[in-house]
Amino acid sequence: MKILVCVSKTPDTTSKIAFKDGNAKFDDAGVQWIINPYDEWYALVRAIELKEKNASITLHMVTVGGADAEPIIRKALALGGDEAIRINADSNDSFYIASQIAAVAKDGGYDLVFTGKETIDYNGSSIGGMVAELLDAPYVSLATKFELNGTTATVTREIEGGEEVNEVALPAVVSCQKGVAEQRIPNMRGIMAARTKPLKVVEPVAVDALTSVVSFELPPAKAGVKLVPADNVAELVRLLHEEAKVI
Amino acid sequence: MSVLIFIDHADGHVKKASLEALTYGADLAKQLGVAAEGLLLGTVTEDLAALGKYGISKVNQVSNEALNNLDAQVYAKAIAEAATATGATVIVFSHNQTGKAVAARVSARLKAGLVAGAISLPDTSNGFVVKKTVFSGKAFANVNITSPIKIISLNPNSYKITAGEGAATVNQLSITPDAAKVKVTAVNKVSGEVPLTEAEIVVSGGRGLKGPENWGILEDLGHALHAAMACSRPVADAHWRPHHEHVGQTGVQVAPNLYIAVGISGAIQHLAGVNRSKVIVVINKDPEAPFFKAADYGIVGDAFEILPKLTEEIKKIKG
Repeated sequence: MKILVCVSKTPDTTSKIAFKDGNAKFDDAGVQWIINPYDEWYALVRAIELKEKNASITLHMVTVGGADAEPIIRKALALGGDEAIRINADSNDSFYIASQIAAVAKDGGYDLVFTGKETIDYNGSSIGGMVAELLDAPYVSLATKFELNGTTATVTREIEGGEEVNEVALPAVVSCQKGVAEQRIPNMRGIMAARTKPLKVVEPVAVDALTSVVSFELPPAKAGVKLVPADNVAELVRLLHEEAKVI
Repeated sequence: MSVLIFIDHADGHVKKASLEALTYGADLAKQLGVAAEGLLLGTVTEDLAALGKYGISKVNQVSNEALNNLDAQVYAKAIAEAATATGATVIVFSHNQTGKAVAARVSARLKAGLVAGAISLPDTSNGFVVKKTVFSGKAFANVNITSPIKIISLNPNSYKITAGEGAATVNQLSITPDAAKVKVTAVNKVSGEVPLTEAEIVVSGGRGLKGPENWGILEDLGHALHAAMACSRPVADAHWRPHHEHVGQTGVQVAPNLYIAVGISGAIQHLAGVNRSKVIVVINKDPEAPFFKAADYGIVGDAFEILPKLTEEIKKIKG
């Protein structure tokens, strides 16, 4: 059994979001980079748990990024897993990124590909579905529980107002979110072990991007909160009804 | 040439998010000077011709009950075939649970560029530029789709549904879906509640409510507003409320017209889940709570005194 976990480098949740070059690029000055939380806390940790239960599982992780993504992938290796692959390319087009991951996944013959449900920077929720399509494999998205049973998996996924339990044949692609696993902190042994784990660098395959970011913009600043005295709740209701027109 | 809008459904009914997508797609078709058509996989109990009132001229259906369960792989192939059969140049999805599973697959299958999480109609004056939310609602990106076929998935609750007059023709497509590799073995839906991601009003509680036994006064407010209930992460982690109510960066992300936060301080991780709400009301006894900076309206005071009064005042105007 071989599992591939897709990890992405994203700005820390608390980063100040700003743009440069005439709003064409994300301004990364002073930004702390982390592993996308959905990739790390849920997809990666669940894969590590599966390997802990069954030592014959091989666990690889893959990222698409430049050399500056390596500290992130070492951190991922410190949590667990056998080996990491960095595809040496930089892009914000989902199809381009997914095509790179699919090429690695095809070569490696993985039984299971995990992604986070979305990245906290581009919020596309697209990589898992695209990789699945390119591999011609089934896809279960927004998983909240995941269990392996031989050649199939039982996956609970989010639906509107509830959950649905799916039985899916492997190989498959699954996108993970809260519920699948709990966040872990790497320990010193893991950090030491990560230093000697293989981190392979592969060159990208030739693919045309299907989209390009023209510009970024920040939302208009909030006008500021309108405070209503605690003894005049009726005034709040009037404002919501007559001014904001939301009730 | 047409705009093809994917119509998602559950329990025999078209989802509200798809009515938004239909209105959006119909407006987009007008902008492009082409026809707007819908596509429904599976069967529903409601009258499909009536969907014409959202501005579409035709509803294409693959009337096969096997398609009432989602297998993203089977769906993507059927949608791609339907898009080819109808000559679609733009395909519109809602960026809801189904759209997130399927739109990306169709994109890869057709080599059609996808903008996931769109919030407004594209600017077609120079290319095909779609605005979408990025950085968990903290910014927007304008993304140009450069492929011949374009796919947009529309953020729920970001485009107003408009219903007019008119009936659509219903066209049966002869597409045979593949055998599903994903089997649905159980469905657990919370009945009698408004689903959080579809709700127009969300009422949310935090640690300031002091314990699960105090949720009654918040639920009363929720009922009066016909709102969905939500909570902050510490509340879900302490099992005061079920995990599916947790909104925030790692929980559910919501974008209602009105979000009322009671006893929630407003950590940045919480804001990441709610900052696409149109109007935010914060009730907190701490005037320094960071949430007030992100709020439109606020009351500094004791929730236990304010909530019953608020519910009473709302009942007055709701009659």
